[in-house]
Amino acid sequence: MNAPVRRLSIVVAILFASLLVSTTLIQYVFAADLNARPDNRRTLLSTYARERGSILVGQTSVASSVPVDDQFKFQREYSNGELYAHVTGSYSFYGASGGLEQAENAYLSGSSDKLFYRRVSDLFTGRRPQGATLETTLDPAVQRAAVKAMTGIRGAAVALDPKTGAILAMVSQPTFDPNDLAGHDLTALDENYDKLNTDPQRPLVNRTINGDLYPPGSIFKVITAAAALSSGEYTEDSVLPGPAVLNLPGTTASLPNMFDGACGANDKVSFTRAMAISCNTAFAAVGMDIGADALRAQAEKFGFGDSLSVPMRVTPSTIPAELNMPQLAQSSIGQFDVRVTPLQMAMVAAGVANDGTVMKPYLVQSVIGSDLSVIDTTDPQELSQAVTPDVAAQLTRMMEAVVSDGSGTRAQIDGVAVAGKSGTAQHGEGRKPHAWFISFAPADDPQIAVAVIAEDGGVTGSEIGGGRVAAPIARQMMEARLK
Amino acid sequence: MSVVSSYTPRRGRNVELVLLIGAVAIVLLAYVNVGLATSETIPPGTMALAGGYLAMAVGFHLVLRWRASYADPLMLPIITLLNGLGLVMIHRIDLANGTSISDGVALRQLMWTGVAVVIAAAVLVVLRDHRVLRRYTYLAGVVGFVLLLLPLMPVIGTSIYGARIWIRIGSMSFQPGEIAKIALAVFFAGYLVQTRDALSVAGRKVLGLTLPRARDLGPILIAWLASLAVLVFERDLGSSLLFFGLFVAMLYVATERVSWIAIGLTLFAAGAYVAYLIFGHVQTRVLLWLDTFSPEALQASDQLAKGLMGMAAGGMFGTGLGRGRPDLTYFAESDFIIPSFGEEIGLVGLFALLMLYVLLVQRGLRTSLGTRDGFGKLLAAGLSFSLALQCFVVVGGVTRVIPLTGLTMPFLSSGGSSLLANWTLVAILLRISDHARRPMPEVNLAHEVGQAHTEVVRMP
Repeated sequence: MNAPVRRLSIVVAILFASLLVSTTLIQYVFAADLNARPDNRRTLLSTYARERGSILVGQTSVASSVPVDDQFKFQREYSNGELYAHVTGSYSFYGASGGLEQAENAYLSGSSDKLFYRRVSDLFTGRRPQGATLETTLDPAVQRAAVKAMTGIRGAAVALDPKTGAILAMVSQPTFDPNDLAGHDLTALDENYDKLNTDPQRPLVNRTINGDLYPPGSIFKVITAAAALSSGEYTEDSVLPGPAVLNLPGTTASLPNMFDGACGANDKVSFTRAMAISCNTAFAAVGMDIGADALRAQAEKFGFGDSLSVPMRVTPSTIPAELNMPQLAQSSIGQFDVRVTPLQMAMVAAGVANDGTVMKPYLVQSVIGSDLSVIDTTDPQELSQAVTPDVAAQLTRMMEAVVSDGSGTRAQIDGVAVAGKSGTAQHGEGRKPHAWFISFAPADDPQIAVAVIAEDGGVTGSEIGGGRVAAPIARQMMEARLK
Repeated sequence: MSVVSSYTPRRGRNVELVLLIGAVAIVLLAYVNVGLATSETIPPGTMALAGGYLAMAVGFHLVLRWRASYADPLMLPIITLLNGLGLVMIHRIDLANGTSISDGVALRQLMWTGVAVVIAAAVLVVLRDHRVLRRYTYLAGVVGFVLLLLPLMPVIGTSIYGARIWIRIGSMSFQPGEIAKIALAVFFAGYLVQTRDALSVAGRKVLGLTLPRARDLGPILIAWLASLAVLVFERDLGSSLLFFGLFVAMLYVATERVSWIAIGLTLFAAGAYVAYLIFGHVQTRVLLWLDTFSPEALQASDQLAKGLMGMAAGGMFGTGLGRGRPDLTYFAESDFIIPSFGEEIGLVGLFALLMLYVLLVQRGLRTSLGTRDGFGKLLAAGLSFSLALQCFVVVGGVTRVIPLTGLTMPFLSSGGSSLLANWTLVAILLRISDHARRPMPEVNLAHEVGQAHTEVVRMP
């Protein structure tokens, strides 16, 4: 009977071999798929059990994980929650949502490949793995100034360091408290989320980079002027036609100024003056003269159409691919289908401020490991050379005129030369226009570039809406930086 | 010069003692590891527990020295290690569930381990020769089938989580199938030794297979019906597969005829297919097996899915003992103890565990090969194969090789009846191995052969 017993042992070997295969399939081959299943509580719990990295503004932590005595082990806390809500996003039982929490989840949770060797050493030293800490580029003074100035206003404000592209402030109003979305009480969490998500004011949307795109209105004239000056056919002193109303070729439609009357004597106006008083007819004429391609190319040099991540994804600003003459005339003054994010317009101001070089915007200055070693730092990167330094200098002088003696006088700061441009963007019949302001200061050595939008904050039929409502906000942000 | 020197087989008792100490040391380390991982302290009373466990194992070892000194030296260390690791995991799940050591499942398991060791030692002391069991062939058969079908009895039979494999008397619940496994192996061995000639010789040849006579088919049909009854009425595919598989394997070993395997597999496949067509609970099991993560399957039960996710979380090297979340799986300390281990000691650790079982089964089959009597040979092969098959059914169930069933992992899973039965099973194997490895009664060949002188004959 020994022969069948030997054969039986082969059967046993086959049985166990099949178990080795099945366990290998589960624990090695398909493990990643199983771990990635949305209904896998272990994955979530293990990321909770790991101490998530903090998010720093200056030296202050605005998002941190504090130990708690429940199964999740750590609770995410946001000091100054509402102030930095759109920068931090939130982190809950459901995972990271919005802001840096989501965009830099790999670093914060400690699962990034760049932390691999640290994880290996954690494994051998028995140290509990920790996520990395993010140091942001935000200037808390600028951020606070923006939020304070925007009290009661729906809209957005972004400030950049024009020389590096570092984001100094990122404010979207109305805001929310991320602590409401980080609790461990599921019912409360669901309720809070539903409330915020169904709020018609849409507090969860980060209007600076990925809300609905806005029409830019007259602040787009900076781009039109840049294209015109770059063409070599115009200078800051060129004399332009500036009638009260411009007839658009090929249609019966006409394009008026936002104020009554012509831009200058004999329907003539200098380029600088046209910028200062935001003369629609002059800019429409310039736009039609240089052509749609030149205008679009100039906009793209400032970053239109680019897919940026700061590291949150930024919705690309758009300018239509096909423009007939009347549409070109309207586009030249920021109407028709031109759509922008506040960040994009801050990049325009920053590009002009930085001798025509647009820097790539970024929000994370450095990534710091749990042992305080620097894992990654952001080196400023050039995005494009939008205009020549000479054109940039001319644009700067034109924008200074806006603030010193034009539609943006409310952005003036004592003892500092400020360059700016106001805008009032219509966005539908019977609705109040959006009030815009972009600016930078000091004009001769720019430290900060700003874009501000106050939704429905303008005054219908008036060009000074942007100057009246948005310029003071920009001014307070610039003052906070320069102080 | 003597050409035949007297050969003394190695008993291996000292090797066994060293391995035993090693096994207890591993269990001790695992226990301390759990304590450090969960509360960052070495649990109080560690040395007392380790000492107690070592004393239990060494006590059994001494019984072997006394009553079965030639027994296989690997089996006891292996089951000591498995049982100890099972205890540690059960304790670890107790901790996760927030129960203290005094009212947890682990303490009950420890108590049952003690009872099982004592009973297994008693079996070794009382049962001086395994061939005695042959006298009780038919009694064992009756006992085996009664135990197997006992849960079907009204009043005492209890259905727990859909499987009717328990009996409950007062507050005691018991899984009689575990003991039935041994009784039936004894019965099959005794019966087949008697009838193997008839079963293996007579018959007609069809398509290269020698088919048995119709009247010899009786026993296999009875075994088949019994296993189908278990499948259908106790809703227990695992036990059904185990008993029928055991029977067919032993039938094959006894007769060396492949036709029995063909007939057995055909019968089982046909029975299982008909059961699938007729019974809803079988269909549910199959759905869970084939399409674990479909919404319909998750609706029915997500326990398999949770076990799989636990194993996946462990990956290659595991989370470390005490650092996973095996408590998120249902029955983490019994039916799903393998996923619990998979999560915390990883694929590598699980391989090591499975290899321990392979080694144990292999020692059992080796015992069968070395045994001189047919009954012992069949019994050792049957018991070893039943261990292997049970491991396959349990691990295969939680890793989707076969539909999930409710069997316990020998020595690891929590459960008194299982511990008792498997310790006794190994005690019987040890008894047979003692017999197999014991030298033949002294026949001094040297006297008969005498001194032979060698001569070198020079060829011209």
